[in-house]
Amino acid sequence: MEQQRRTASGPGRVLVAVYAIFALAATSRAGVQIGTKFHEAPLAYLLSAFAAVVYIVATIALARRGDGWWRVALVACSIELLGVLTIGTLSLVDAAAFRHPTVWSVYGEGYLFIPLVLPVIGLYWLRKSAPAKVSA
Amino acid sequence: MIFGFAVTVAGAATLVALWSFVQSARNRLPDNPLLIALAVVELLLVVQLVIGIVLLAGGDRPGSLATYLAYLIGSLVVLPVGAAWALAERSRSSTAVLGIACLAIPVMVLRLNEVWSGATA
Repeated sequence: MEQQRRTASGPGRVLVAVYAIFALAATSRAGVQIGTKFHEAPLAYLLSAFAAVVYIVATIALARRGDGWWRVALVACSIELLGVLTIGTLSLVDAAAFRHPTVWSVYGEGYLFIPLVLPVIGLYWLRKSAPAKVSA
Repeated sequence: MIFGFAVTVAGAATLVALWSFVQSARNRLPDNPLLIALAVVELLLVVQLVIGIVLLAGGDRPGSLATYLAYLIGSLVVLPVGAAWALAERSRSSTAVLGIACLAIPVMVLRLNEVWSGATA
C-alpha cells in the first residue's frame, strides 16, 4: 500500500482550516463592505472581494485531491502572495488611496500579518506535496 | 453586549484552544472530553446569539448592523465546520485543527464587541 501525499492530509488539514477561516473572514468583510457602502471606495472593496475569492479557491483546492486541484492551489497561493506583497507595498507608498482597509493592506497588519505568512506556508506545503513527488 | 459574558466566551474558547494544542503536541487524537468542551463553547456562542437578538429587539443598535450580524452568526459556524473537518481524518493534526477553530472565536467575539460599542467596520 503506497501512502500518497495529499495537500489535505496530516499537517495540511491544519493549513486548510486556517485558509477556511480566512475565506470566511474575507468573504464576510467584502460582503458587508459591498452590500452597505460600496460607493465609498469601490476599488478597495472590489479588492476585498478579489482577496475573498482567492481564499475560497485556495481553501477548496487544498482540501481536494488530485493533480488538477494541486495546480489550482499553486496558482491561488501564488496570486495570494503576489496580492499581499503588491497591496501591502501600495498601501504604504500611497496611504491616501488605501484608507479603506482590505485584508492585504500593510501586508495584513490588521490580521496579525497572517495573510503574509499563510501563502508562504501554503507554497511550501504544496512543494512538499507536489504530484511529481508521489511515487506511483 | 454584556461585556462579562463576552469575556467568558472568549476565555473559554482560548482555554479549549490551548488544551487542543497541548493534546496535539502529546500526539493525541480528538477525544470525547475535548469534543464536549468544544460543544460547551458552541453552546455559549448560541447564548451570545440570543443575547444579541434580545438587545437588538430592545432597540439598541451596533455601529454597523450588517457587520454585527455577520460576526454573531459567523461565530456559530466555525466550531461545527472545524469539528467536522477534524473528525473526517483523525490524527494529531485534527486535534490541532480544533485548536485553530477555537482560536478564531476570541477574535470574532472581540470584534463583535467592538462593533457593538460603535465601531463601524
